[in-house]
Amino acid sequence: MTKTTITRRGVLKSSAALGLAGAAPMIFVRKAQAFVNDPGDAGSVTLGFNVPQTGAYADEGADELRAYQLAVKHLNGEGDGGMLNTMQPSNLKGNGILGKKVEFTTGDTQTKSDAARASAKRMIEKDGAIMITGGSSSGVAIAVQSLCQEAGVIFMAGLTHSNDTTGKDRRKYGFRHFFNTEMSGAALGPVLESSFGNDRTAYHLTADYTWGWSQEGSIKKYTEALGWQTNAAVRTPLGAGDFSQYITPVLNSGADVLVLNHYGKDMVNSLTQAVQFGLRDKQVNGKDFQIVVPLFSRLMAQGAGENIKGIYGSTNWNWSLQDAGSQAFVKSFGAEYGNPPSQAAHTCYVQTLLYANAVETAGTFDPCGVIEALEGFKFDGMGNGPTEYRAADHQCFKDVLVVQGKENPASQFDLLEVVQVTPRAQVEYSPTMEGYEGDLGTCAA
Amino acid sequence: MGFFKLSARDALLMVIFAAAVLLAPIWLKPFGAAYPDLLQKFAIFGLFAIGFNILFGLTGYLSFGHAAFLGIGSYTAVWSFKLLSMNVIPAVIFGTLTAGLLAVLIGFVSLRRTGIYFSILTLAFAQMCYNLAYSVLTPITNGETGLRVLRDDPMVLDRAVGVIQEGSPIGDFFGWQMQGFPAFYFCAAMLIIGFYVSLRIFRSPFGLKLRAIKSNQTRMRYTGFNTRPYLLLAFVISGMYAGMAGTLMVVTDPLAGAERMQWTASGEVVLMTILGGVGTLLGPILGAVLIKYFENIFSAFNTDVLHDVFSFMPDWLENFFVTIVHPFVGEGWHLTLGTLFMVIVIFLPGGLVEGFNRLFQRRKKKASSEAAGSRVATGGEKQATAEN
Repeated sequence: MTKTTITRRGVLKSSAALGLAGAAPMIFVRKAQAFVNDPGDAGSVTLGFNVPQTGAYADEGADELRAYQLAVKHLNGEGDGGMLNTMQPSNLKGNGILGKKVEFTTGDTQTKSDAARASAKRMIEKDGAIMITGGSSSGVAIAVQSLCQEAGVIFMAGLTHSNDTTGKDRRKYGFRHFFNTEMSGAALGPVLESSFGNDRTAYHLTADYTWGWSQEGSIKKYTEALGWQTNAAVRTPLGAGDFSQYITPVLNSGADVLVLNHYGKDMVNSLTQAVQFGLRDKQVNGKDFQIVVPLFSRLMAQGAGENIKGIYGSTNWNWSLQDAGSQAFVKSFGAEYGNPPSQAAHTCYVQTLLYANAVETAGTFDPCGVIEALEGFKFDGMGNGPTEYRAADHQCFKDVLVVQGKENPASQFDLLEVVQVTPRAQVEYSPTMEGYEGDLGTCAA
Repeated sequence: MGFFKLSARDALLMVIFAAAVLLAPIWLKPFGAAYPDLLQKFAIFGLFAIGFNILFGLTGYLSFGHAAFLGIGSYTAVWSFKLLSMNVIPAVIFGTLTAGLLAVLIGFVSLRRTGIYFSILTLAFAQMCYNLAYSVLTPITNGETGLRVLRDDPMVLDRAVGVIQEGSPIGDFFGWQMQGFPAFYFCAAMLIIGFYVSLRIFRSPFGLKLRAIKSNQTRMRYTGFNTRPYLLLAFVISGMYAGMAGTLMVVTDPLAGAERMQWTASGEVVLMTILGGVGTLLGPILGAVLIKYFENIFSAFNTDVLHDVFSFMPDWLENFFVTIVHPFVGEGWHLTLGTLFMVIVIFLPGGLVEGFNRLFQRRKKKASSEAAGSRVATGGEKQATAEN
């Protein structure tokens, strides 16, 4: 076997050459741009829809994607225009965004931070997405939001309910239309008091990640203020599938209310199993055993079937609302897909329109201008009544719905009954409230 | 130069490999894969697979728990960022070392068994690590939410020197921010070093001993040869590769989640290695690139993209093809990968590398038979080396 002699000088030379060759492509990548993915003179602009297509929240993800496609249609002037006709104030013209045709790219978050960030990076680096939106988990939303802050791209959060998204993990480039657990707690508290009284013992089953912790904290805070006791709070892994091992201990715990801090398929499974175990037919401490699901959605109600009848929860939006914005949206969504939209679909649709409108208002795709246009933006006609994007934490403030599973549904979609519309004033909190302080950071440009 | 100690063939292989890796941003462009995040993934998982192959390819011990090392490397790196410095060097060193330590522990116990029992033991250990990270160790790992670097973390070294980054913390290599292409080149450099080390191991007496263990361990023992120290060393080296890959994941994106330790991640590296070619030098990297390419590019194809692709056809045919192809792309990319995996395992048990070798040999045979005319080759033909 022959040995080549490799001299030090030779190695240095060749590695220098390789280094140069390797650096060459960077020249092509670094274009002169005022901001990331500036569409410039291109005739179209790309939005990135990053939704869970697999895993515990796949149903929500599929519905989100449907809403996004509808929003793109409406922005491009196709279809019946949906909420473009009801949004006030609005600068949207139905000719794309700033005259550029809206295109989109999709990705699967898999409800995992890693996968979601990889997918968002692909959209930004490869597909040239100017804005990232979507997601159905707060863990993912927080991870993607901080990525977007680093990358200098706007993130319009999809369904994310944890306080942290606009609390301690708030970011300058991130915006949330959806409500949060603090608002759920504030809205549910009075309803729970009038229905179940002040002398109750609660048992929490909590999805073990940021959203579950946040919701458990908020519900504890508001129920304990009513005089309720908290018997135990048990953490369950996300996507557990079988919850029987967690539900059996509830039977003999002495608790008379079960709070399910679960969402998506997890909630469908845990609620179904809780009902199968006969929890709802039980009498504890001389009172009927009750189940509460603080975050409710019509998709989950459909999955849980009979079991949701009479169960209280809160929701961001429901398709049965009678205002013009909701009706316009339900009409065009129904015409397109044959079923009413979920709250996840609603928030994603609204977020896309809000982003497009902010770009029109600012007259530029430059994120700093868009952020300025969104901060403190007050609007109406989007299904939630008068709403404001608070500048201090980029959280939308609006009325919150308390709902109950319907006893006699009129159709397979008519599953939730709005018990109470909690006015905005009752659920509003200070952006510097303890446990919510955060630092938005700055806009880079 | 004692350092490189490579035969001419290997030196050539090394140079070609390095060039191919460093020029990846150019030649991967036509495939739509030349963006930094995916390139980083290619390099990182390539490194992971190379390391896995040192154990599986050489000794035949199939570990189903390598994700544990990937995970612990990630967590250590984040903690190094949090406590010491955003500089990536301490992160890489500590991440690799901790993974090595964990490998000593797991290896010491697991290597007492062979075959399926070894696989199950490693799987059990990895799932234990995953569940610990997910539940009991939440104060250290931050559970499902994932561990992130925050602005108000101690970072004692950075603070001592007085360099604290503005905005979100990003890995730093003496002034180079570990994002985009610089981060890719950092990973690429690690991949090339990793490949060199693996090449040296393959060619060394140590590598030969490992192969001997694979072919007949009992005979080795009968000749009075104690195999266990060699196995443990191979296991630890392989674990350190995984730890370094985990560290690099954090270097390019300062975040660590428990799902990195899940059995699916362990399974993925097995797939990569088998798909590319077990026991070959380049195979595992090819497998890693292929799987990551599928995961990132195929999964992004939606019906709109498909309609674009087939738009040259008449409408009815276009719709027909979109309907047929749709289940295999987008969220169905696993289906394509599964089919491909089956085809390769059935027809090319040696992986992609065997495929290339067969092509290469066929061409060589054709060429030589044309040149030699009627002369019959009498078995003097050299087998293409099994390694590459």
